Amino acid sequence: MKRVLIGLFLAAALALPVRAELVIEITAGRDNPTSIAVVPFAWSGWGSAPEDVAAAIAADLLRSGQFAPVARADMLGLPTRESEVYYRDWRTTNVEYLLIGRVSGGSTVSVEYELFDVFKQEGILVGRETGPVADLRMLAHRASDKVYYQLTGIRGAFATRILYVAFTRRPGADDNYQLMVADADGARAELVLESSQPILSPAWSPDGNQIAYVSFESTRPAIYRHDLSTGQRERLTNFKGLNGAPAWSPDGNSLAMVLSRDGSPDLYILDLASRKFRRLTRHYAIETEPAWMPDGRSLIFTSDRGGRPQIYRIDVVTGRTERLTYEGSWNARASVAADGRTMVLVHRRNDAFHIAVQDLERERLQILTSTALDESPSVAPNGSMVLYATKHDGRGILAAVSVDGRVKFRLPSREGDVREPAWSPYMGEP
Amino acid sequence: MNQLSVAGKALTVIFAVIFMIGCASTETTDTTDAAAEAEARRAAEAQAAEQAAEQAATDRHAKAAQQTLQDAVAAAGYVVYFEFDSSTLQPAGREVLDAHLALAKTNTKSIRLDGHTDERGTREYNMALGERRAKAVADYLSVNGVASYRIEAVSYGEERPVAYGSGEANWSQNRRVEIK
Repeated sequence: MKRVLIGLFLAAALALPVRAELVIEITAGRDNPTSIAVVPFAWSGWGSAPEDVAAAIAADLLRSGQFAPVARADMLGLPTRESEVYYRDWRTTNVEYLLIGRVSGGSTVSVEYELFDVFKQEGILVGRETGPVADLRMLAHRASDKVYYQLTGIRGAFATRILYVAFTRRPGADDNYQLMVADADGARAELVLESSQPILSPAWSPDGNQIAYVSFESTRPAIYRHDLSTGQRERLTNFKGLNGAPAWSPDGNSLAMVLSRDGSPDLYILDLASRKFRRLTRHYAIETEPAWMPDGRSLIFTSDRGGRPQIYRIDVVTGRTERLTYEGSWNARASVAADGRTMVLVHRRNDAFHIAVQDLERERLQILTSTALDESPSVAPNGSMVLYATKHDGRGILAAVSVDGRVKFRLPSREGDVREPAWSPYMGEP
Repeated sequence: MNQLSVAGKALTVIFAVIFMIGCASTETTDTTDAAAEAEARRAAEAQAAEQAAEQAATDRHAKAAQQTLQDAVAAAGYVVYFEFDSSTLQPAGREVLDAHLALAKTNTKSIRLDGHTDERGTREYNMALGERRAKAVADYLSVNGVASYRIEAVSYGEERPVAYGSGEANWSQNRRVEIK
């Protein structure tokens, strides 16, 4: 009997779909990346270290494309304190920067780190990150952010998270859609929502605590709001026709979205406090994919009012509308980086769909990717990288490209297809 | 007394005769009514049988007609296909819809139209494109006599392909409206 029960439990455990974990493959970096040695951090807690903090930091810096972390086998010493640093060892191997550190604590851990300029032979950064041991990997990403800022002058976006949808087709059974949240490096993936019906268009609230998305769980599309810490969710719209493309306003008070309840798809703004909808566009064409400008005064969106989809901008107060894209016959799903200048979009050229950037002031469009089925671009909060969905070897994967097109990496799932990435805003103080 | 008794006898006879006549006439009437009734019953039965036969024939014809319409729908299929980035009904699609129209006019069932696109392009734009396709089909049905309250158009965009994989051979199967 016991054996039967264990068998049943095993069968139940095996029947659970595998969580779509992401792995990183770097495909292109800059020509002359900065050499940095991230020496394994000392661990003074009980047992063995729960996380290889130095490896997580080195991976972050490698992924930026701007750094070439030194392999551990090539390190001539493994200092964990300043007194153990011999600059000459690092200079002979042309290492430009050296990062060492220590991790201590129990249920609350502390990560202390020191960054040295090998050629100047001096320490240039000392830092400490503290938090629960379960978040040790996030503490490592915070240290990466500080190091990255020290060396580039740009705020790091490693201690952020990503949302994505994992899809698994199961012959003879229902399709499986999983809305996942993971660290920006794809690690620590957690399930947010699972359904046999499509889930799409996940979007972050500006404080990163809540998300909105479209779920077909009622066999019709509806927009939901979901609190990531409590797991509480609420259906916001359930109109006849389209309920899609939710986009949180920068002040967090309203959601722009697409509804077709009054005929064709148009943009609406839902005030979350009063629950009142305001119709923003009135056009028989398709209006969709709203994205807020950082100042919250206007939205950019896709419309095919000119015959083919192009990007337009509308002032949310006056309704004044202008067309932003003129290059090519197909541009869609645009969003603007925090600088308010760099617009990322999907651009069709020669029957292929690429991720492209357009400078809103200079109006020049530059294609960043060479793959053919790219979509859902999402810009990192520091504007450095664009995460997007594409196909590789017939499978849906996530990939990232720097806004200058020189750095590329892929985040394929170990199983099934992944799609619809959404990069979180900054989490916590800089 | 004798005269009285004679008169009384005569009266008796007269009464008896009247009675007898009465009885006889009553008997004659009864016989006629029963025959008519039976006749009427037979006629009614015959008529009912005839009507039933007629009804059965009508039913048979209706059923056969319904079956013909259903066969036509089954032969036409439940899917209408579209060109890339287009919601214009093609001649083949109209033929499919005409078969469904003929059947839909004989009943009051509700019709759900699921619009789909291929994987190219962006998801929310495709969601809108799928709806436009479903609405193109809905418009064709309602213009041709199906009450619009019976029709619901739902778009799945590119989320529910029938042919997985890339290339026009797959894409052309996915750009569709399914009639349910």
